[in-house]
Amino acid sequence: MKAAVIVFPGSNCDTDCWHVIRDVMNVNVDFVWHKETDLKGVDLVVLPGGFSYGDYLRCGAIARFSPIMKEVIKHADAGRYVIGICNGFQVLLEAGLLPGALLRNRTLRFMCKPVYLRVENSTTIFTNHLKQNQVIEVPIAHGEGNYFCDERTLETLEGNKKIIFRYCSENGTISDEFNPNGSLSHIAGIINQKGNVLGMMPHPERMSESILGGTDGKKIWESIVSYVK
Amino acid sequence: MYKAKINVTLKKSVLDPQGKTVLQAVHSLGFHSAQEMRVGKYFELSLNSTDRVKAEQELKAMCAELLVNPVIEDYTFQLEEVR
Repeated sequence: MKAAVIVFPGSNCDTDCWHVIRDVMNVNVDFVWHKETDLKGVDLVVLPGGFSYGDYLRCGAIARFSPIMKEVIKHADAGRYVIGICNGFQVLLEAGLLPGALLRNRTLRFMCKPVYLRVENSTTIFTNHLKQNQVIEVPIAHGEGNYFCDERTLETLEGNKKIIFRYCSENGTISDEFNPNGSLSHIAGIINQKGNVLGMMPHPERMSESILGGTDGKKIWESIVSYVK
Repeated sequence: MYKAKINVTLKKSVLDPQGKTVLQAVHSLGFHSAQEMRVGKYFELSLNSTDRVKAEQELKAMCAELLVNPVIEDYTFQLEEVR
């Protein structure tokens, strides 16, 4: 298996992702600068967190037009795997690889804290090492993570089990109280129709080693790696 | 040459916590008549074009492709000829 972490100007979780994929998962991984035009046949593309282009205009709106994004879209259309984390999720939405948009957090505050997520679908290539309804702890760090889409899109997401993670309490209760940013239907992560493109606001790469407080996030990397290998 | 002024606002169906918070601040200043504030974006740009129809087409394309996210935003624009 080979992976690529895309680096936009302003990405700041690129090295974390690269480190986890290389040193924790023992997978071959390279950084790919956003101006490049070749993904060199990798299996997995990671769009990392950060503030690409300073979040100017809208988060992810300018990164979407980086030269490498044409290749990322081709890669996704060919059924290969893409995970967008935080700003990477925002880029996927702006690029139209996933439906919906992310608005300013309901509180208007940047939020950086561990949250609990309930696994809503454990049959995807990104969650097959997790159990249905399992609660995992993964940190968030964002100012604009308030997921929004129109009613029809939400129905499609729900009906086709494309909502992968929802914010919840430690024991899996879903309610406004445990929704940190106001996301519609408590959405923390969604997958595309084909099931090969995942976007999520929380950062699994920050929860992949016990020295950093936990390994729940590692399950997501393990799911992808075991599937591809 | 044309000058364009573009106003972008969140759609009516989209909550605007920023607008709500600013409105609360306005109320706390004593302006109790203020209601339903929405915070938006404003763009001004010049178009080096002599053809109004073409300038308008380009402007709409720019909005559709980059300046506006149609999932959450609406826009209006004004286009005026300048010398």
